[in-house]
Amino acid sequence: MKKLYASADEALDGLLRDGMQIAAGGFGLCGIPELLIDAVVKSGVKDLTIASNNCGVDGFGLGKLLDTHQIKKMMSSYVGENDEFMRQYLSGELEIEFNPQGTLAERMRAGGAGIPGFYTKTGVGTVIADGKEHKEFRGETYILEEGIFADLSIVKAWKADETGNAVFRKTARNFNPPAAMCGRVCVMEVEEIVPTGSLDPDTIHLPGIYVHRLIQGEHEKRIEQRTVRAREEA
Amino acid sequence: MPWDRNQMAERAAKELEDGMYVNLGIGIPTLVANYVGDKDITLQSENGMLGMGPFPFEGEEDPDLINAGKQTITELRRTSYFDSATSFGMIRGGKIAAAILGAMEVSEAGDLANWMIPGKLVKGMGGAMDLVAGVGRVIVVMDHTNKKGETKLLRECTLPLTGKGVVDLIITNLGVLEVGHKGLHILECAPDVSHDDIRAATEATIV
Repeated sequence: MKKLYASADEALDGLLRDGMQIAAGGFGLCGIPELLIDAVVKSGVKDLTIASNNCGVDGFGLGKLLDTHQIKKMMSSYVGENDEFMRQYLSGELEIEFNPQGTLAERMRAGGAGIPGFYTKTGVGTVIADGKEHKEFRGETYILEEGIFADLSIVKAWKADETGNAVFRKTARNFNPPAAMCGRVCVMEVEEIVPTGSLDPDTIHLPGIYVHRLIQGEHEKRIEQRTVRAREEA
Repeated sequence: MPWDRNQMAERAAKELEDGMYVNLGIGIPTLVANYVGDKDITLQSENGMLGMGPFPFEGEEDPDLINAGKQTITELRRTSYFDSATSFGMIRGGKIAAAILGAMEVSEAGDLANWMIPGKLVKGMGGAMDLVAGVGRVIVVMDHTNKKGETKLLRECTLPLTGKGVVDLIITNLGVLEVGHKGLHILECAPDVSHDDIRAATEATIV
C-alpha cells in the first residue's frame, strides 16, 4: 500500500469536496498541518466545516481559509487572536459551534474509536448543555456529547516511517492524534519521513493504521507568543 | 492597602501543597508559579504537558514547546507530553488537584463566568469548562471590581457561565473568600482592608 506522496496537492487529490467536514490537528499555531492547509486553500474547495481547537491567526494556518471564505462552520474551543474570524462571526458569515477543549478532543477520539456518544460533566449548567440529553450517574449530572466522524483528517507529526507510524515532538502533539483518528481518510505531513524499521516500535505515538497518505516538507512553525526570561535570572 | 497582582499570586500559592498537580490559567494565575518556593508542585499545561518549566532564555525558544496561553516555555526533568484527549482525560478524571484561574464574575453559589460577553467578546472557553468541571479544587484569582468599579462578586452571574457551583475559593485584591452553602465567607482581608470594605465592594451574600 503506497502512502507516500510527493506534495500536499497530490496527497489531497480526489479527497476534497464542497461542504465536507475536516478535522485538523494543532493547538494555536503549534503542530498545525500548514502545508495541507495551504493546499486546501489552493484547491478552492468551499463550505467547509472544520473541527479544530483554534482557527489559526490572521493570514496564517486555518486563518488563510477564513480570508478566502472557504469555511462555513468552525467547531472550536477558542477563536481569540483572530480579527477576521471575529468579524465574519459577528457579521453572520461564519457559523461557530463552541466546544469545550476537552470535549472537542474526546469527541474526536471517540469518533475514531467507534464511539458515537459519551457522557461528560463538562458544560453542565452552561449554554453548552442546552438541548443535550442529561443523565444522572452516581448522583451527578452528565450531558451526552457525540463523537466526531470527519470526512478527512489533516494532521502534522514530527517524523513518520513509510508505513505512517508517527512520532510527535513536545507539545506539538496536542490535537493531532485524536484528529487523525476521527477521519475516514487521514493525510499527514511530517518534517521527516524515515525508513521503515528505524523508529523504535515502543515509541510510536500514532500507529500507521490511522494514516492513509503521507508527505514530507519544510515547515515555517511560526511562534504565536514569544516569551523569554533574562539570563541574569538563571 | 489592597494586594497587587503579585501579592494575589503569592497568596494563591499558599493554597498549594506538596505533591500537587496543578493547572494555572492565563494572567495573574500564571504568576503563581513564581511563589511556590520549595513546594513540590507539578504544573499541567492542558495542551499536553505535565511538568511545565519557566520561559526559555532568548534564542532558545522552541515553536514545538508552548503552554496553553501559546507562550514559549521549557521542559523540566520530570516533564511528560501527551495528546489533548489524554490531557483532558486527566482533567475530567479528577487527577489534577487544583486549577487557579481568572474570572469576569463569580456568584455566591460558586458559579463562574469567564469565557464570553455576548455581542462584544467572543473568544471561547478553551479548556476552562473542562477544568472547572473536573479538577479537585477551583481557585479564582481576580480583581474584586471591574474597570468600571462594579463588583465581580454577584448574587447571580449575568454573563454566560463557564461552570455552575464550581468555585471553591476566591482571592481578590481585597481578600480571600470561601464559597459556603449559604454564601461567601471572608477568610482573610488584605492589609488595611476591613470586612466592611469587602462587604461594600460585594453584591454576593456574605455570611
